[in-house]
Amino acid sequence: MTKVSMTVNGKAVSVEVEGRTLLSSFLREGVGLTGTHVGCDTSQCGACVVHLDGVPVKSCSVFAEDAAGATVRTIEGMANADGSLGPIQQAFQDHHGLKCGFCTPGMVMSTAALLAENPRPSEAEVRHYLNGNICRCTGYHNIVKAVLAASGQATASMAAE
Amino acid sequence: MPKDGGIGASTVRREDIRFLTGKGRYTADINLRGQGYACFLRSEVANGRINGIDTTAAMAMPGVLTILTGADFVAMGGNPAGWFIPNRDGTPMKEPKRPVLAHGKVRHVGDAYAIVVAETLDQARDAAAAVEADITELPAIVNMADAVANPANRVHDEIADNVCFDWGWIEANRAAVDAAFDTAPHVTTLELVNNRLIPNAMETRASIGDFDSGTGDYKLYTTSQNPHLTRLLIAAFVMAIPENKLTVIAPDVGGGFGSKIYHYGEEAAVLAASKAINRPVKWVAERSESFLSDAHGRDHVTKIQLASDLQGNFLALRSETLANMGAYLSNFSTATPTFLHGTVMAGPYKTPLVYVNVKAVFTNTAPVDAYRGAGRPEATYSIERVVDKLCRELNLDPIAVRRANFISPEQFPYTTPVGLVYDTGNYKATLDKLVQIGKLGSFEARAKETARKGKLRGLGLSTWVEACGIAPSNLVGALGARVGLFDAATVRVNATGNISVMTGAHSHGQGHETVFAQIVAEHLGVPASSVDIVHGDTSKIPFGMGSYGSRSLVVAGSAIVRAMEKIVAKGKKIAAHMLEAGEGDILFADGTFSVSGTNRSKTFGEIAFSAYVPHNYPLATLEPGLEETSFYDPGNFTYPAGAYACEVEVDPETGRVEIASFACADDFGNVMNPMIVNGQVHGGVAQGIGQALLEAAAYDENGQLLTGSYMDYTMPRADDLPMFTVDHSCNTPCTHNPLGAKGCGEAGAIGSPPAVVNAVIDALHRAGHTHITHIDMPLTPSRVWSAIHG
Amino acid sequence: MHNFEFVKPSSVADAVKALAAAGAQPLSGGQTLVPTMKQRLAMPGVLVSLSGISELRGVCLADGVVSVGGATPHAVVAREAAKYFPALAALAGGIGDPAVRSRGTIGGSLANNDPSACYPAAVLGSGATVLTNKRKIAADDYFKGMFTTALDEGEIVTGVDFPVPDKAAYVKFDQPASRFALCAVFVAKFGSKVRVAVTGASGDGVFRWKAAEAALAANYAASAIAGLSLPSDGMIADLHGTAAYRAAMVKVLTGRAVAAS
Repeated sequence: MTKVSMTVNGKAVSVEVEGRTLLSSFLREGVGLTGTHVGCDTSQCGACVVHLDGVPVKSCSVFAEDAAGATVRTIEGMANADGSLGPIQQAFQDHHGLKCGFCTPGMVMSTAALLAENPRPSEAEVRHYLNGNICRCTGYHNIVKAVLAASGQATASMAAE
Repeated sequence: MPKDGGIGASTVRREDIRFLTGKGRYTADINLRGQGYACFLRSEVANGRINGIDTTAAMAMPGVLTILTGADFVAMGGNPAGWFIPNRDGTPMKEPKRPVLAHGKVRHVGDAYAIVVAETLDQARDAAAAVEADITELPAIVNMADAVANPANRVHDEIADNVCFDWGWIEANRAAVDAAFDTAPHVTTLELVNNRLIPNAMETRASIGDFDSGTGDYKLYTTSQNPHLTRLLIAAFVMAIPENKLTVIAPDVGGGFGSKIYHYGEEAAVLAASKAINRPVKWVAERSESFLSDAHGRDHVTKIQLASDLQGNFLALRSETLANMGAYLSNFSTATPTFLHGTVMAGPYKTPLVYVNVKAVFTNTAPVDAYRGAGRPEATYSIERVVDKLCRELNLDPIAVRRANFISPEQFPYTTPVGLVYDTGNYKATLDKLVQIGKLGSFEARAKETARKGKLRGLGLSTWVEACGIAPSNLVGALGARVGLFDAATVRVNATGNISVMTGAHSHGQGHETVFAQIVAEHLGVPASSVDIVHGDTSKIPFGMGSYGSRSLVVAGSAIVRAMEKIVAKGKKIAAHMLEAGEGDILFADGTFSVSGTNRSKTFGEIAFSAYVPHNYPLATLEPGLEETSFYDPGNFTYPAGAYACEVEVDPETGRVEIASFACADDFGNVMNPMIVNGQVHGGVAQGIGQALLEAAAYDENGQLLTGSYMDYTMPRADDLPMFTVDHSCNTPCTHNPLGAKGCGEAGAIGSPPAVVNAVIDALHRAGHTHITHIDMPLTPSRVWSAIHG
Repeated sequence: MHNFEFVKPSSVADAVKALAAAGAQPLSGGQTLVPTMKQRLAMPGVLVSLSGISELRGVCLADGVVSVGGATPHAVVAREAAKYFPALAALAGGIGDPAVRSRGTIGGSLANNDPSACYPAAVLGSGATVLTNKRKIAADDYFKGMFTTALDEGEIVTGVDFPVPDKAAYVKFDQPASRFALCAVFVAKFGSKVRVAVTGASGDGVFRWKAAEAALAANYAASAIAGLSLPSDGMIADLHGTAAYRAAMVKVLTGRAVAAS
C-alpha cells in the first residue's frame, strides 16, 4: 500500500492505495465522493470524467498513483460557493438535460472542459465533443440545448418543439 | 401558457439537484458497515455440463469469506415466468426451472454458477480466478432456426424441441384470415429480423444483501424498476422468506428500459451469502457482466403478409414469428412476443382480419425479455414495413394509403380483430400534424439540396398505436398473467399541512418526484413544494407493480388521484365538523373547504392541523388523522398513437446513413409536464434510431457474444443524432382514467425504427436501386453499401 | 485486475532501468492498457508510468521536421502541431474522445500498433522516423503486423520525427462503436512522391497502398485512382464491415483524402 495525496475540489486528501487502485476508486471509495460514476470497463462511457490538472480524463483509466500530487475537480466541485447550482449545472436543470442522472456527472465535467476550450461552440461542435459521453435516456437533444445555453447562446429557435 | 407548478406546467425537476451535484444515491454508492464484496463466476461456454466445482484453493485465498455454488441453491425454488402462454392446441407452455445459480448445466455465456465473497472486491476477484470449474462444453444452440431444426441439441434436457410454446392469436380466426389471403387481389410479403438489442442502462445492475441475524430480517438494496415484484418473487418463489421479513429498496436507479423490471439470481445470491457470513454482501456488475447477463430485448424473425385490393385497402394481415427466449424464461419473456405483440398487430388500421403466430424458442443465449416498448416495437416494425412495401408494389402514396386505412375517429371505441378495444384516438389528426411540423410538402426541395452534396435523401413514415398503461388485472389475468397489474398510493397529509405521497411506481429517470407533486398540487390546491414523493422502498409503500409499460402515470398516478379523492372526502367531513355545516354543503376548491353559499371556509392547512389535534371530534363518526390509500386497477389499456417522419441522407459511396431530420406527432392524451414528455420522446426515438442504424447483439456460432463491450456494441452518441421535432398537441384524452393520460415512455422506441428503415429504402429507390426491397436492421454502412453494390 | 508495483520515473534512463525488472511493462496514457488489465489480459508485475518524464512531452518544428515526444498526449499534438502539420494535428484531434485525447499518447499508440489505430497511418503515410531509447527506426521498418512492431522488449518510443509534406490529409471512417478506424487513409505528397497509408482495413495492420501511390505520383488527383481496385484478401471482416466493403472503402477514402489535402 502506498499513501497517495492530491488536491480534490480544493481540499488536500490522502488515501492508502494499491498499485491497481484507479482514480475513480480513489475518489469513490477513498475520498467518499460518489458523484463520479463508473459505467463501463473499456474507457468508453464517460460517466467517470473528472478534470485532472485542468483537463478532462476518464478516471476509470487512470491509476491513483499516476495522479499523485495532481489537482482534481469532480462533479462535487461544480456548484457555486453558496452551494447553489453552478451555471452549467443550472443549464442542465433548466433544459432537462438529464433523466436518470447516471451519466450526468461526466456530461457536466466534459461540458465544463469544452466551454473552457471553446466558449461558444456550435451544435455540431457540442455533439462532436460529447461523443465520449454516452447517455441512454435523453437522446442528447436536451443535453445539447443545455450546453449551448450554458455557453450563453439562444436555444429557442434551434429545437422545434 | 403553462402554469407554474400544476398539471400542464413544464416544471423543472427537483431530483436534478442531487443528480447534478453528485449527491445521487445509487446502489453502488451505498456502503454498509462490515460489508463483504461479491463477484460471480460466469460460464465461458454457451452450453456445458458442470461436472464439478472445486473451491478448495479459492477458499484459502486471502480475505475470502464464502463461496456458494449452484449446489447450495438446489433446495430453493426457481425464478418464474410471470405469464402462462398456452399452445395453439391448448397444451401448456414449457417452463424450465431458472435456478439462482446454474447447477448441473450452464446454458449461456455469462450464466452465473458461483458467488465469491471476500473482504475486498479485488480479493474476491483474485479468489474467483482460483475456483476450478470442470465444465464439459456441449454443442451450442445459437440461432432459432437451428434450435427448431436440430432438436437433438437441447438447451434444457427435458425440452425435446427447444420450443417453449407455439401460440396462435386469435386461433379461431386463422381459417378466415387464410381464406382472405387466398382470394385477395394483392398480397405483399416481407421477411424480416427484429434485431436483438442489449438495453444498456448506464448504471449497471448492483445488489446489496443485508441479513440481520438479530431479527431474522432481510434487506436488499437493488437496481430495480420494480421492488415489490422483486420482493414477491424472492419471498414466494425463490427463497421462501416470509414477505414481511424482506425489505427491498431500489434507491436512485440509473435507467432501466425494461432490464431492471425483473428479478435476477444475483439478488437472491447476495441475500443468501449475507446470511451465510452474517454480514452485508455487496455486488456491482461490471459492464461486461451486464452485456452477458442483463435480459436482452427483441430478437424476432418474422414473415409478415398484408393482403389488399389494388387500391391499397387492407383486407387481411398475418404473421409468423420465431421469438428468442434465450436460455431461461425471464419474468416477462413469455408475455412480450405474445400479449404485448400479437394484440397490437392491427395497428391503427381497420384491417378486418388479422392472425398472428408466434413460436418461442430456447437458445444458448442470454434471456430475452421486455426492452423499451416490448413487443410493440416488433409489431409496429412488421406492420409499418409491410405497409411501406405494399405502397411501393402498388405505386401508391404512403400517406394516402395510411389515411384510407385508419380507424376513423367516429369508430371509437373500436374493437380490433386481435382482442383489444381502443377507447379513443384520432390517427388522421396526428398524421396531418406530422405533415405540417415535418414540412413534408417541401421534401423534394430538400432532396435536391442533398443531391448537390452527392448524397441520397429519403423520407420514411410510421403511423402506429400501442397498448400500454399496463394493465387491467382482469384483462391480463384472462391473457395468462400470474399477477395483478394495479398500483397503489398512500397520500399522507401531515399535521403541518405538507404531504408525503407513497407511490408504487419507481422513478429511474422519469421524473416522478416532480410530476406526481404537480398532480397533487393541482388536485389539492397546495404548493408543489409542500409535496414529497416517496418511492422505491417496500417498507414505506403499501404496494406497487413498478414502472414499465408506460404505466407510472396512468396507473400509479391514477392511484394517487383516487387517494386524493378520499383525502378530499375526509377533509369535507372535518370541515363540516369545524364549520358546523352539513357534509353535503362543503365545497372544495383551490385548497379551501367552504360552506356552499356562505363565506365560511377553512384552508387545507387548517383541516390538516385539525385532523391531528382532534380535541372535540365526534369520534364515533369522525376519525382523527388525514391519510388515505388507494389501489387503482385500470379499466383498459391506454392507447397512445402517433405519426413519425424520418428523413435520411445516404452516402452511396460508403453506405453511411445520417438522420437528417426526425419529426414526431404524438397523441398521449392529457400531458402533465410537456418538458418531461418531450424528453421521453427524444430518448425513445434515440433508442429506436439506435435499433434501426446502430445496435445489434451478435453471437458467434459457439454462442460467444461478439458485442460484449462498447467497443463493438454501438450505442447512439451525441453526434449520431439530430435535434428532434416533437409535438403532442393532437391529443384525445384517455376515457377511462382520472388523468386522461395515456403514457409516453415507450412511444419513441415503438414508432421510430420503421420510419428510419422506410426512409433509407425510399432514398435508395429514388436513386434507382428499386431492387432493394428490404435491408435488415441495423442498417450499418456495410449493409447499405452491400445492398447497393452487392 | 492483478495487483502490481507502480513506478513513476522522471527520466528515460530511470524508466529503462525500471523496465529491466521481471514482469515490468511500460504505461503511457493507459487508454488501451488499463482496460486490458481489467480483463486480466495483461498482468504486469511492475508498471512503469512514462507520464512523469518531461523530456518525452512536446511538439516542435526544426528543419522541416515536426518532432513529437513519445509521451505527448493526442490533445497536445492536436493543438501544437496545427500550425506545422495540420493533417497530423487533425488526425490526433480525431482519436477517441476528448478525455481519451488528454491521456492517450503517440508512443503508446505506436507501441501497441492496433490495426485500427490512427497514428500508424500518419507515421507510415508521412514516412516518419520512430525514435527509441536505443535507435531510430524508419516507418517502413517499424510496423510488423497486427499488434507487432520492431520494438525490442523494454524499448521505449521516445519520439517521432515527421517530415512535413507539401500536402497531406487523413480521412477516417469510424467504426461506429469504438470510434477507432473502420478504415482510414493518410495521404501525403512530398514533391513528386506520394505516400498512401491505410489503417483499419487489413488484418496485418497499417499498410501502404503502393499502386495508388504510383498513380497519384503521376497525377495527384482523386480521379487518378479511379481505375484501381484493391483485392479484399486479407482485409478485416467483422460485424462492422465485410472484407469487400473495407477494400472498397480504402479506395473511396483515398480519393477523399487526396481531394481534402
